[in-house]
Amino acid sequence: MQGLTTHNLACIRGERAVFAGLDLAVKPGRAMLLSGSNGSGKSSLLRVLAGLLPAADGRIAWEGEDVAGDPDAHRARTAYVGHADPLKPSLTASENLEFWGRLYGLKPEVETALHQFSIAGLADVPARYLSAGQKRRVNLARLAVGQNSRAGPMLWLLDEPATGLDPGAVSMLANTILAHLSNDGVAIVSTHGGRLDELLEGKADHFCISARGT
Amino acid sequence: MIGFMLILRRELRLAWRGGTDAVIAVVFFVLAAVLFPFGVGTDPGMLPRIGGGIIWVVALLAAMLSLERMFAGDHEDGSLDLLYLSPVPLGTLALAKAAAHWLTTGVLLLVAAPVLALLYNLPGEAIGALAASMLLGTPVLSLVGGIGAALTLGARRGGVLLALLILPLYIPVLIFGAGAIDGAVAERPIGPQLMVMGGFLLAALALAPWATAAALRQAIE
Repeated sequence: MQGLTTHNLACIRGERAVFAGLDLAVKPGRAMLLSGSNGSGKSSLLRVLAGLLPAADGRIAWEGEDVAGDPDAHRARTAYVGHADPLKPSLTASENLEFWGRLYGLKPEVETALHQFSIAGLADVPARYLSAGQKRRVNLARLAVGQNSRAGPMLWLLDEPATGLDPGAVSMLANTILAHLSNDGVAIVSTHGGRLDELLEGKADHFCISARGT
Repeated sequence: MIGFMLILRRELRLAWRGGTDAVIAVVFFVLAAVLFPFGVGTDPGMLPRIGGGIIWVVALLAAMLSLERMFAGDHEDGSLDLLYLSPVPLGTLALAKAAAHWLTTGVLLLVAAPVLALLYNLPGEAIGALAASMLLGTPVLSLVGGIGAALTLGARRGGVLLALLILPLYIPVLIFGAGAIDGAVAERPIGPQLMVMGGFLLAALALAPWATAAALRQAIE
C-alpha cells in the first residue's frame, strides 16, 4: 500500500530553485493538503507530480515504481485541475465536459457529473455565460466524469480547487474527493486553509511547503 | 485516430460558432488582391503575368492571420496542460490543429482564389494551375505555420515574431506555387512544380507535427 512517494524531489524554474530535497508519501485512500505562502512552490510541485514540469532532481514513484519508467501510465492515472478552467466559451458545459471525458478515454456520463456539482441545469448553457464559480464547478465536474468511469484516474492533483466556490460547492467538492479516497484513490490538494481543509480532516495529512525548501 | 477526430471536430465546432478568424482571412485575401491592380495599373497584358504571384503572396499572408490563435486559447485557459496529459500524443494534436486551420482557412482561400484569378484575367489553364498549386500549398502553410504558432506561444508580440519566423519558410511554397501559374500562362508544363509542391506537403506532413509537438512541450514546461 505505497501510493505516491517522492524522494529528494527538486524543481528549478529559470535560475531559481523552487524547492529541493522534497520527500512525500501519500497512501491510497489519503489526501495531502499542501499549504504555503504565495510563490512557495505548491503549483510547481503539482505540475512536477503531474509530469507537466520536469523534476530537476529526485524521484517520483507510484506503488513503488518510478513513474519515469512509464510516463504514459502515469498520465493515465493522473487527473489534474490547475488554476484556469479549461472551458471553451462557445461550447456548452456538457460539450466541454464530454470532450474531455472522451479525450481521456472515459465514458462521459456528463449529466451525472454535472448533477454532482448541482449544475445540471447549466448543461446546455455556453460557457461564456457562466460565472467564475459556475465555470469552476464545470471544471471540477471533470473529476466526477473520471470517478464515475471504470479505470478513472487514481491520482488527483488539485491546485487550489476551492477558489471561487461558495460553501455549498466546497462541500460538493469535499464529498467528491472523499468518495475518491474511499475508492483507494490519492489526492494532493493545494489550499490556503478554509472549509475544504476542515471537511477533509481525518482523511488528510498536511504538508507545508516553504519557499526554496521543504 | 479517435483523439485526432475529437480534436478536429472540436476545433471545427469552435470555428463555426465563434470564429471570425476564417472570415477575416478570406476578406483580407480578397481585399488585398483587389487592391494590387489599383497600384500597379490595369494593363490587361501585365495582370496575367503578375497575378499568380500576387495571389500566392496574399494567400500566405492571409493564412498567417489566424495562425497566432492556433494554440494560444488552449495555452491561456489551461487546456494545453490537459491535452498534454491526455493519451493523445502532442504530434496528433498538432496535426489535428493544422487540419482544422486548413479546413477553416486554406479551403476558403482555395475557393476564393479562382474568382480572383478571373479578376487578374488569368487564362483557364492558369486558373487550373492556381487551384492545383493552392490545393497542395495551403496545407503546407497550415502545417509549417503550426510550428511558428507553437514556438511563439506566450511570447510578447507573438504575431510579429511568428511572421518573422514563418515567412522565410513559406518562400519555397511561394516560388513553386507562383511558378506553376507562370508556367501555365506561358504554356509550359507545370508538372514538375506541382510534384515539388507535393513533396513539400509530404515532408510537412511527416516533420511539422513532430516539430510542433517539441515546441509545445517547451511551452508547457
